[in-house]
Amino acid sequence: MPVSASAVLDALGDANRRAILELLTGGAMAVGVLADRLPISRPAVSQHLRVLKEAGLVTESSAGTRRLYRIDPAGLAVVREYLDGFWKSTLDNFARLAEAEGEREERPA
Amino acid sequence: MSAESGTEIMVHRQVSVPLTPQRAFTLFTARMTESWPSEHSIGSSALAEVVVEPREGGRWFERGADGSECDWGRVAEWAPPGRVVLLWQLGADWRLDPELDTEVEVTFTEEPGGRTRLELRHRHLERYGDQAGATYAVFDSPGGRDGTLHASVELAA
Repeated sequence: MPVSASAVLDALGDANRRAILELLTGGAMAVGVLADRLPISRPAVSQHLRVLKEAGLVTESSAGTRRLYRIDPAGLAVVREYLDGFWKSTLDNFARLAEAEGEREERPA
Repeated sequence: MSAESGTEIMVHRQVSVPLTPQRAFTLFTARMTESWPSEHSIGSSALAEVVVEPREGGRWFERGADGSECDWGRVAEWAPPGRVVLLWQLGADWRLDPELDTEVEVTFTEEPGGRTRLELRHRHLERYGDQAGATYAVFDSPGGRDGTLHASVELAA
């Protein structure tokens, strides 16, 4: 399922999830380590990690019996997709305007 | 359409229009409001105007219906009618971040038949990754723009 910009923004709409991401900017961490550093329970951390994963902001990998979480650069792909859509709308509008302008002959400056 | 080379991440789009480069340049820069997707306002009131000050170092900002102004970035190069480079300095949270320089280069090339090809390259999107920590932290500031952000992104998604 492609990750949507609104899923990313929903994921970022929660202070605990932003706190988790901030901690992960320092490197990969296990759930327990995250829970120790945050004022929320381990199951709550797991729940937030699930949302972050679904939004494409965090990936999970196994290190022995532990699972580690890290920031997923694919989140950037979402930013790019969003801006691509933004510029597409802008240039579509611009092309329509320009067609209309072109139909009018030389307009007085 | 988009393209990547090396670690640089960018958006690349182009369009051909039936105007001379000079007129296309003026239409794009002096009347940007008319091309702007109006739901993309970063201000607290409805978008009234998008302004590109026509000089190097000029501001690039939006003015709301209530007169308030929100900066998008600034003009890095002003070379009509062929080229303009704007710095888009909005963080992933739609607030101005002077530390973040992503670059919007727009070129206007004459084509046969009195037409002009506009090419737009929004470069250095990888810089959003460099500031990941800072970006997320800013979300905690008072008066965050979650409302605006959600509204604009849902329309675009």
